[in-house]
Amino acid sequence: MIRDRASHRLPIILTFIFGLVLTIMPLPDGTEAFRPDWLAMLVIFWAMQLPRTWSVGTAWIIGIVLDVSQGTVLGQHALALCCVAFITVRFHLLMRVFPITQLTATVFAILATYQFLMFWINGVAGVNAPMIAYWGPIISGTLLWPFVMTILSGMRYRTRTGD
Amino acid sequence: MVASRETSSNPGRIPALGLRALGLIFISILLMYFDNRDNHLDTVRNAIGAAVYPLRVIVDAPSHLWGWLGEATTSRKDMELELDRLKAERLLTNARLQKLNALEAENSRLRAMLDARAQVRDRTRVAEIMSVDANPYSHSLVIDIGTQEGVVDGQALIDADGVVGQVIEAGLMTSQAMLISDTDHALPVEVNRNGLRTIVVGTGKIDQLKLPFVVNNADIQVGDLLVTSGLGGAFPSGYPVAIVESVTRIPQEPYADVTARPSASLGQVREVLLIFSAPGPDIETASDD
Repeated sequence: MIRDRASHRLPIILTFIFGLVLTIMPLPDGTEAFRPDWLAMLVIFWAMQLPRTWSVGTAWIIGIVLDVSQGTVLGQHALALCCVAFITVRFHLLMRVFPITQLTATVFAILATYQFLMFWINGVAGVNAPMIAYWGPIISGTLLWPFVMTILSGMRYRTRTGD
Repeated sequence: MVASRETSSNPGRIPALGLRALGLIFISILLMYFDNRDNHLDTVRNAIGAAVYPLRVIVDAPSHLWGWLGEATTSRKDMELELDRLKAERLLTNARLQKLNALEAENSRLRAMLDARAQVRDRTRVAEIMSVDANPYSHSLVIDIGTQEGVVDGQALIDADGVVGQVIEAGLMTSQAMLISDTDHALPVEVNRNGLRTIVVGTGKIDQLKLPFVVNNADIQVGDLLVTSGLGGAFPSGYPVAIVESVTRIPQEPYADVTARPSASLGQVREVLLIFSAPGPDIETASDD
């Protein structure tokens, strides 16, 4: 168990940085609303696989960085990602044994919770946004989850990344 | 929960998970409260923003490179054609500018006669738009200069054809600006033809704005040019904003249904001008809404 922890965390940190790049990458007009919540999906995956290292604290820090880079109210993404991590860690043992269809359904529910928090905080802060900005990411995120899951699992077990 | 000896070294329970989550949620709510109320947290934002800057540069790089490649591979003939076109255009603009100088002088003389405050020519600075997407809940863009170059919150952005938007978050090296088409954006304008003052609000569509507060019997027509009135303090007066596209008068409603098309091509700007206007007395009100 006592291994060089930093070197094992690096690949995971790189996936988060890559997720942030995907989040700020320009998309063609009309498709921006369907940009998946890459970072929320990464938080779900890593919190499910390695809940001791990647839990609410990391999710919160990622959320703060996301808030700054997107110019939303400071704490908005932090709170939502923190809740995502909490739900995932709370049920991580169940989620690990779920078949992929059931897991995808669970991810749909978590992403919906995430967007609901966004919607709610936007409402309190007085930000108007079309409803598609909330629905789009849930739909695209759910559809892409099996692929993301496959890629990340491959990476996890090939490099033995972890805690 | 499922039995905890399932995985090798991971007992199922994570100690104090709920407590930590609650604590962080509480901190988030505090942060949001202070961030939304006033700008105490700008230094925090700037510090983290500086860490995000390299990422923005990386994301922007491919399209930058693409543009550079396009320039590097254009043939000599194309370049010469372009140069000719630009020369001709410059001649025309210069000719028009001569007249403008004379008019400006005349205008300031007349204003002096009327004892009105002389109009100051606004200083501008070119900023490039980074191809980086920002806030998914608003129409916004990221420009490549920040507080280091003197950018401040609320500063107006224009392009060659009209008003583009205003800076909502001036970072150290990059800033975020809100487009006039955002649903949260309202801009005081006047009809250029007769000086009728009203407010232009974004619709969330990049090529449409609406004028929700035009009374039914107001003198406004399709094709009217709307220019900034300078009343809010954020935008200097006299810049074109939009052209009225449709006017529908509904007899039983107090206000007519008026839409307009932005003069600036909001969807495809690459470069914008930031306006540094002379500090007026009402600058403080500018950053609010």
